[in-house]
Amino acid sequence: MAWFKRNKENIQTETPKQDVPDGMWIKCPECSELMHRKQWEANSYLCIKCDHHFRIGSSEYFKLIIDEDTLKEFDKKMKSVDPLHFTDTKPYAKRIDDTIKKTDLHDAIRTATGEINGKDVVIACMDFDFIGGSMGSVVGEKISRAIDKAIKNKCPLIIISSSGGARMMEGAISLMQLAKTSAKLAKLDEEKIPYISLLTNPTTGGASASYAMLGDFNIAEPKALIAFAGPRVVKQATGKELPKGFQKSEFLLEHGFIDFIVNRKDLKQKLSQLLGLIS
Amino acid sequence: MAVNTMLEFERPVIEMEQKIDELRKMSDTLDLSNEISKLEARLKEARKKIFSSLTPWQIVQLARHPERPYTLDYIYLMTENFIELHGDRYYGDDKAVVGGFASIDDQTVMIIGQQKGRDTKSNLYRNFGMPNPEGYRKALRLMKLAEKFNKPVITLIDTPGAFPGIEAEERGQAEAIAKNIFEMSRLQVPIIVVIIGEGASGGALGMGVGDRILMLQYCWYSVISPESCSQILWRSWDFKEQAAEALKLTSQDMLDLKIVDRIVEEPEGGAHRDHNQAAQLLKAALLEEIEIVSKIKKDKLLDNRVKKFGEMGYFKD
Ligand SMILES: [Zn+2]
Repeated sequence: MAWFKRNKENIQTETPKQDVPDGMWIKCPECSELMHRKQWEANSYLCIKCDHHFRIGSSEYFKLIIDEDTLKEFDKKMKSVDPLHFTDTKPYAKRIDDTIKKTDLHDAIRTATGEINGKDVVIACMDFDFIGGSMGSVVGEKISRAIDKAIKNKCPLIIISSSGGARMMEGAISLMQLAKTSAKLAKLDEEKIPYISLLTNPTTGGASASYAMLGDFNIAEPKALIAFAGPRVVKQATGKELPKGFQKSEFLLEHGFIDFIVNRKDLKQKLSQLLGLIS
Repeated sequence: MAVNTMLEFERPVIEMEQKIDELRKMSDTLDLSNEISKLEARLKEARKKIFSSLTPWQIVQLARHPERPYTLDYIYLMTENFIELHGDRYYGDDKAVVGGFASIDDQTVMIIGQQKGRDTKSNLYRNFGMPNPEGYRKALRLMKLAEKFNKPVITLIDTPGAFPGIEAEERGQAEAIAKNIFEMSRLQVPIIVVIIGEGASGGALGMGVGDRILMLQYCWYSVISPESCSQILWRSWDFKEQAAEALKLTSQDMLDLKIVDRIVEEPEGGAHRDHNQAAQLLKAALLEEIEIVSKIKKDKLLDNRVKKFGEMGYFKD
């Protein structure tokens, strides 16, 4: 295929760090289908052949779910301050600044108000590209304020998770964000305000052990990794072969921890339908 | 007490103690009082020197000392009338978590903690203090009983983490921990949490939300163990000392960061050197804390609890 050769430098395959770099052509890591970026975008960021759910970020989710021109982001510039003066192979403060430059995000979550088919919601969406979607003080505080806003505006809360867990560079402070967000969700619960948690690939560790598992409705994208301890850790700790499909959405559905699995193409319609039923 | 396990940095102190013991045994026939008191002065000096400048990694080692008192030791040494209650009513009885009603002086409390074993056999039985989901669910069931009968809850935290097993994942380890954190944040009775050994991550916090958070002097509390942190961030197991340093996981760090409210002093040389004294020191602290929290009106108590955790975090707007 001549066009394939000609455009080779523009063809991108999925890498673990960032699913879709800025190439024109995208290759599905599951079925190797090549598709044009525009095709892929028009297909809700799924593989046009096999429905593989590429990892996407907050901008894409907002575009997919929220009615045009209704999105109002808040706490946009909130930033981590390196409370422990943490240094591993790189100082945490520098890691933060570098990641902000690289991703154009301020931390691993964005929060906003908006409408879904005319219904008001508060929405928070995580970005895995920002230090593995790790949860530190900023993620905790932004979720906490998003919950306050949902209570104040009396409108449903949606959190879209994509996270490797708590942010180690904030030590026990990041651990406390599990308590902070869960305590606030308990308040939301008492106000009888709906909370839908969408778990995407991957949702593990601290995120799954707090807000991501605490939805009135826990829903997941197909084949997403959802776990407390990731498969590598489980394998290392037990020395056992892991069962087929272990810790994938379908596995969690089977074991009773997920209400339903939703294809990204149907996401907006499903959310709208569910919110319609309970409002 | 007899010493079976000696940490490297404890060696000078323990050897001196053994020397003093030997001299005492010879005192029947010889007058060695002069030598003994000299040696005792040196011992005091040496102990002070070592224990006033422990590194975070040494503190982690003390927290894991195999002769350290565990949850049931504290329960037996601090309380009377303990009735252990078993099972989560859904799946089974997790041996890594123990709990039940007991009286501490005249006050009935619900006391729950993670339980380690002291030898291979009991460690296998207790799963090394690593709870499965049913452990967290048992703990929550017992807390709900305390709520029903209006008794304060005391939780004792000592775990290297929630168990990362296949079945634990199947039965919803994440959900079990999340649900406990959620429900503890609004439990209608006072909760006093004490870190008595290792406070490893979600496995610890799953029983660690409360009105007052106490920590014994030589314990660690963090989001990850120094070893795993070393492995992930340095991509090698060799940086555990640095990781322990960087994570700021000691009781003094936790107090400075306002994650714990109070440090409970341990006996000289650590809780493992004198179980009974360690338990009496903790008991005295708990009695004071119970009095503090019982005086607070319920609504205020619950508001304060949410606020306490709500204020944790460092960021710039
Ligand atoms: Zn495909």
